[in-house]
Amino acid sequence: MSKLHFKRRSWYEFRDKLTSFLFILPAVTIFAVFYIYPFFETFNLSLRAWNGINLSRPFVGVQNFSDILSLTASSPAAGASWWQAILHWLKALLTGGLSFNADSVWWQSVWHAFYITLVALIFQNALAFMLAMACDRDIRGKNFYRLIFFIPPVLSEVVVGLVWKWILEGGMQNGQHYGVLNYFLNTVGLQHLVNDWLSDPKTALTCIAVVHSWKGFGWGFVMFLAGLQTIDRELYEAAKVDGAGSWRMFWNMTVPMMLPVIVVVVILTILGSMQAFVLVLSMTDGGPGYHTEVPVTIILRAMTRTKEYGYACAMGVTFGAVLIAMSVALKKMESRMKKV
Amino acid sequence: MNNRCLTSLLLCFAVLFSGCSSAPKEPNTITVWHWMTDRHDALVKLAEQYRLETGITVNFQLFAPSDIYSQKVIAAAQARILPDIFGVLDKKSVFADFIKSGFVANLKPVFDENNGEWEKSLFEKALESSRFSADNSYGVAEGIYAVPLDVTNIQMVYNKKFLEKAGVANPPETFEEFLKASEALNKIGVAPFVSGWAELWLVDCFALNYAFNIMGMDKIMATYRGDVPYTDPDWIKVFEIFKIMADNNILASGVVTKSNKLAEQDFALERAAFAFNGSWCVNVYKGMNPDLEYGVMFPPKISDAYPLMIWGGAGGSFVVNETSPLKDKAILFLKWLTSKEQQVVLSEETRNLPSNRNALAELPKELAEFGLGMDEVTHSAFWPLEEDALVKEKFTKGLQSIMIGERTPQEVAEDVQTVKARQMERAIRRAQ
Amino acid sequence: MINRYKLQRTLKLTVVHMLLIMVTITCVFPLFWMVRSSLMTQSTIFVDQSLIPSEIHFGNYVKAWTEGHFGLYLLNSVIYTTIVVFGIVIISSWAAYAFSRLEFPGKKIFYALFILAMMIPLPGSFVPLTVLMVKIGFINSQYPWVRQLGYVLCMINVGLSLSIILLKTFFDQMPSDLEDAARIDGCNKMGIWRHVALPMARPAIAVVVIFNALNVWNEYILAMLLLNDVPGKPTIMPLQRGVMAFADAHNVEYPLLMASLTIAAVPIIIVYLVMQKHILAVGEPTKISIFKEGRLTG
Repeated sequence: MSKLHFKRRSWYEFRDKLTSFLFILPAVTIFAVFYIYPFFETFNLSLRAWNGINLSRPFVGVQNFSDILSLTASSPAAGASWWQAILHWLKALLTGGLSFNADSVWWQSVWHAFYITLVALIFQNALAFMLAMACDRDIRGKNFYRLIFFIPPVLSEVVVGLVWKWILEGGMQNGQHYGVLNYFLNTVGLQHLVNDWLSDPKTALTCIAVVHSWKGFGWGFVMFLAGLQTIDRELYEAAKVDGAGSWRMFWNMTVPMMLPVIVVVVILTILGSMQAFVLVLSMTDGGPGYHTEVPVTIILRAMTRTKEYGYACAMGVTFGAVLIAMSVALKKMESRMKKV
Repeated sequence: MNNRCLTSLLLCFAVLFSGCSSAPKEPNTITVWHWMTDRHDALVKLAEQYRLETGITVNFQLFAPSDIYSQKVIAAAQARILPDIFGVLDKKSVFADFIKSGFVANLKPVFDENNGEWEKSLFEKALESSRFSADNSYGVAEGIYAVPLDVTNIQMVYNKKFLEKAGVANPPETFEEFLKASEALNKIGVAPFVSGWAELWLVDCFALNYAFNIMGMDKIMATYRGDVPYTDPDWIKVFEIFKIMADNNILASGVVTKSNKLAEQDFALERAAFAFNGSWCVNVYKGMNPDLEYGVMFPPKISDAYPLMIWGGAGGSFVVNETSPLKDKAILFLKWLTSKEQQVVLSEETRNLPSNRNALAELPKELAEFGLGMDEVTHSAFWPLEEDALVKEKFTKGLQSIMIGERTPQEVAEDVQTVKARQMERAIRRAQ
Repeated sequence: MINRYKLQRTLKLTVVHMLLIMVTITCVFPLFWMVRSSLMTQSTIFVDQSLIPSEIHFGNYVKAWTEGHFGLYLLNSVIYTTIVVFGIVIISSWAAYAFSRLEFPGKKIFYALFILAMMIPLPGSFVPLTVLMVKIGFINSQYPWVRQLGYVLCMINVGLSLSIILLKTFFDQMPSDLEDAARIDGCNKMGIWRHVALPMARPAIAVVVIFNALNVWNEYILAMLLLNDVPGKPTIMPLQRGVMAFADAHNVEYPLLMASLTIAAVPIIIVYLVMQKHILAVGEPTKISIFKEGRLTG
């Protein structure tokens, strides 16, 4: 009797787990078909030299990676097989025969992506949160604003690029600035600030970061708004009765309750900003020099222009590693914050 | 409900994985993949005419923008699903790999028929980029592998009104005259020179025009081979041209981050007096500002040592799929497309220079001026050697940093040479 | 005392409104500029600097619609977007619900896989993806719907990871007492997903819908890569194919381009208008209705 009972219980458990698994099966199937194979191909190509069409794809080991990271070590002996090459690199790594050039184009571009992300995290999310708070209360015209703030994400990058280039233009015609920002600065008497915004290496990246934040804040706004809606109004009322000030209510009630949404928005901002490239392409194409180059533009150029597929794939893998490291750090931070 | 949904989904997959029959090949339909948005309508019109004449349907499929088109062709080659006719937009070494992989038909036998009648009807330079000579460094069998649809070249244009206003009688022929003219233009508050130099290939064109002028083809090839370093005084001179232009305020503001489209807009809206642009600009300027009065000129030469060469060649080219069952029909169609009557139609509709020299019909004045330069054009695809792509990138990016005053010509030369040395070493290692 | 309170309040409101209005101006300006440009002609667009063009040409819309074959493209895009978004919502909410609420072996690993997929860009995936699609039989099939299905499945894959993560976060917050109540009332897992989880996550689902709809609507790279037309059959290309034809030419006709971009923007704005109601509709009333629904079905 008890044996039968046990059997039945384990059968139920198995059935329970199976039906639970069925819920993720469609997602996993599609994922397996359309992602796994391209992923392994990418990884495979990252260890090879290939121009996309050549019949031979010679194995070059970690050469692509060491080129990207600008690791300077003695190269493996000519004619070394791939495992000999790997051994050589490992030895260099262990014996300190490996130096690291932080000025390389690649690390510059990663830094640029960090910078854009940082600006987006602070500027874009603060703006989105503020506006969401404003539109969450009973303010006149809030329905109107809710519509308006979603215009930038909807607009085509073509339009955004054209309009912002026109705004940031530095040239003059008939003694007048035709860039909107310069014209404005000139009119209000701030002539000394007039600049060729996108071609000046000091301002180019910041301009892109600001336009990127402007284009993306609508997303944060929508999600914060959705999150704020789920907070029970009665809690606020109760706190008010207890005599809590608005700052205290904000820090002690709104922020903790919004924490999960904030984390999601932060993750999405990081992913979106680290991989942003369309704006860069339409505004500066990575120039002047390498000053607005981000990892994705470099990867794309390696693929479409210089036709270094293996190299591009290796960059993709490296960049993925950077992003994973970032999100692991973020996860750690989140769990620590939850404990506090 | 749960299980039913999943079962049907799985069934769906099962059906798909079992493989669907692929589309049967129509015996009389030639499929063409192309990227030329501006020529699509004209091509479709000609295809309809061809169908009426021969009963063969030609199906032009447009995939834009060209970067994505190029990816599509590469992916399709790997998947063995290339259409009957397509175009290869990449540099010559990649084109060579297409040929060596057996994707592209050699058209030389057809070009040679009737004493080379077809070949002779086309501009020599238009065929140059797809011609592989007997002993080429790419290891491709001798032949001609593409049919040019039209030709193009890149020169300079000048605004007649501004030059007159600045008291410059004739468009400058030497670089010194160009500097003087620019000074005069700056005095009357006109930005002298604009070009879309956010686009690296366009900076490269301008720089190589002068490399040809200063050191000639042989020395450039020697540099590519690795025998002459980029720190050579002649190359420094090339880099210095950009410094001179930046120091003398010749460049319009923002050239290093301007796309060619925006630079065209600046010239058309009379915000700059000179521009460096391709022959397609005639059509562009006409659309933006029909009243613009401008002329075409050679880039002003800086030295008398060697002739200054301009960039040019085939505008758009088609290749025939070697493995296509309709190969012969496809070649016949391309032959028809480049014959005089069709070239006249194409050039009238698209305002591009025709590749058929007999079809230089009534072209607009400025376009005809561009056409005159066709004999002095050169292109990296004509040369026996090709520079490494990463070196090229460092070279052009370096020119940008000279123009924003960030680095000196000497520093850039050293940067480029460093990359060159590394790439040479890498190439040697790979060859072993 | 009351006066001071009122004054403070008014001041606060003024500051808030100032901020809102400033942001509004920057948001509306590009839209206004796009529509304005679409109503001009190529010869006046660069010359006429006035705010509202002196002559208004609706002809660009007619031309973009007819010359760009926008009717069919629009229909295709609507179909793709609807199917892909529907597919993503169903599949990702199943998965997210399971990741959040159910127990099964390998749960953490699978979830980590989906997160990883979002992180690693696959620059070289064009080539293997095309090869894969040809092997499965999607690209060269004689049936247009099979070719379209291939594209749709790819697009579902593109949007899946992010949607799962987004929805899981919202499911994690869902109070479990509702679920327990439904379970006691005899709902199975599917019933709970359908009658408790989905309605509760309505705002998150609305976000997922908007996000993916925008993504699919503006997508053209995969469409160019994976879709081929067959002569004599209606095109299966999406709307962006029509827009790109105006954008990429050497000779850009800006008014036509802007008209086509305006046409392309309208449907997505409608989607947002419809969806934002769901984002905002959560509050006391819905919670009650979920509760009721759970009871009723149980």
